[in-house]
Amino acid sequence: MRRFLPNLLRLAALILLIAFLVRPELFEPLLKPLVQANAPAIYNQGSLLSLTLSHLATVFTATFAATLVAVGLAILVTRPVGAEFLPLSRSLVNIGQTFPPVAVLALAVPIVGFGEKPTLIALFLYGLLPVFENAMTGLSTLPKAIVEAARGTGMTAWQQLTRVELPLALPVILAGIRLSVTISLATATIGSTVAAKTLGEVIIAGLQSNNLAFVLQGGVVVAVLAVLIYDAFSAVERALARRAGRV
Amino acid sequence: MIEIENITKRYGDNTVVDTVSMTVEPHTITVIVGTSGSGKTTLMRMINRLVEPSEGMIRIDGADNRSIPGYELRRHIGYAIQGHGLFPHRTVGENIATVPTLLGWDKKRIAAKVEELLTLFQLDPSAFGPRYPHELSGGQQQRVGVARALAAEPNILLMDEPFGALDPVIRAKAQDDLLAIQKHFGTTIVLVTHDMEEAFHLADKIAVMDKGRIVQCAAPEEMLVNPATDFVETLIGTEERPFRLLSIGTAGDAAEAGEAQGEPIAASLSQREALSSLLWSGREALPVVGSDGAPLGRVTLAGLARRAARPQ
Ligand SMILES: Nc1ncnc2c1ncn2[C@@H]1O[C@H](COP(=O)(O)OP(=O)(O)OP(=O)(O)O)[C@@H](O)[C@H]1O
Ligand SMILES: [Mg+2]
Repeated sequence: MRRFLPNLLRLAALILLIAFLVRPELFEPLLKPLVQANAPAIYNQGSLLSLTLSHLATVFTATFAATLVAVGLAILVTRPVGAEFLPLSRSLVNIGQTFPPVAVLALAVPIVGFGEKPTLIALFLYGLLPVFENAMTGLSTLPKAIVEAARGTGMTAWQQLTRVELPLALPVILAGIRLSVTISLATATIGSTVAAKTLGEVIIAGLQSNNLAFVLQGGVVVAVLAVLIYDAFSAVERALARRAGRV
Repeated sequence: MIEIENITKRYGDNTVVDTVSMTVEPHTITVIVGTSGSGKTTLMRMINRLVEPSEGMIRIDGADNRSIPGYELRRHIGYAIQGHGLFPHRTVGENIATVPTLLGWDKKRIAAKVEELLTLFQLDPSAFGPRYPHELSGGQQQRVGVARALAAEPNILLMDEPFGALDPVIRAKAQDDLLAIQKHFGTTIVLVTHDMEEAFHLADKIAVMDKGRIVQCAAPEEMLVNPATDFVETLIGTEERPFRLLSIGTAGDAAEAGEAQGEPIAASLSQREALSSLLWSGREALPVVGSDGAPLGRVTLAGLARRAARPQ
């Protein structure tokens, strides 16, 4: 019952979002007051739906790659053989986070050209840190008795990792991925400056033609996506944590 | 049989286990006692190679324990620890099935084993099998921990303060369960404890450790009569000696022919508990009954007093 109202709101937001992406013209009366007499109130230089899908695809591809690398690094540095790589990995990942994505775009374009690629690189670098830090925390704070028991029952190092350590660290790792995805969803909009197909296109078009309605719809679609995806991740994390009796 | 030969473990300059030799006979319970930090856990963990020794050798049934990979070795040696170490993301059934699964048993055999063990530990398989560890009481978790250690029918069971976190009632129950199970499977058990009462109740042999060395390894009676050092004597507690002696044997062993009035004593209780019942009831003698309730004779105050006196 406690979760009923928030879930209802989430469902409503999802339905409205889908309705807007599929039939944006239905919402024209709402946005009309924001534009001058003759200007279009609904983005008309492409399909909002296909922009949204390619925005999501870019974000998920980048986050997926960042997750693989970050979790892989975290696994390496939490093993006895990899412990000495910890400071190095930390610095690398930190640089990825502190280097502004705009600067990454500017540097990447001359090398890989315009389009999705520079955006993917920027998002990938930007997304490493939260996943790495969380995976590190998750893997290095497992209860000692449980890791002991995994060894004591005769699991190989690989079995300990895949059957005990990763499943137990999963909620914490997911929390890192959640942060990374949310940041990337917002950051991906700047990819449009280097011709990536993202929702940034709508916002930039609005800025160029002084069309507040465009800016607003681009921004709101990104924001709603971010909130819904954030909540979905949180729900999965809670379910996993509850099952393991840690709530 | 476990043969420990001149085993030494050093961490840097710190020798935590110092040239220890001892033999654990098959189908017996050996209890290791000693002060905190004396190396009990380290010694025990060298048997299943959770710790690799600096020097010396351990043979299990004649074979060097380094002749197979460590994980392989550990699949054939049960290991139960304080705080049980159950996997929180696995059900009770899956926890117990851990080692059989690693060994590649087929599903049917695993399911049958899980059910057998849960029943043996008086946990209803259909109610407890699908639960997660955090849905169990501490005592139940502990029993599942021991069940998991026994699942692959190991010949050897290592237990590190397995009952340390249990309240006295459940603890006594867990000890009796362990004795029953040891009879049932004939397992060779090495157990570490801080509780001398527990040691005397369970042990065929007690090994006393002090600063990384074994100062005495002997049958409980022998240790009471001839403590090797002052340290052993202090550990046993001089004023406890008669009671320790009584806690080794069962009431059944002390039963004499004859009859007596009053609340009957179960033959499986220790003589110490029998003495306690006699004193509390104010009687000279009480009847002893077997597990089926059949009369086995009686225990008397005089009889127990004779048994509590220093053996000649
Ligand atoms: N991995 C390790 N590195 C360094 N020293 C260790 C390590 N493991 C144990 N020791 C040291 O070895 C000594 C013996 O430890 P051990 O755990 O065997 O003692 P114990 O007899 O089991 O004590 P307790 O009764 O408190 O459990 C201790 O002084 C401990 O600090
Ligand atoms: Mg210990």
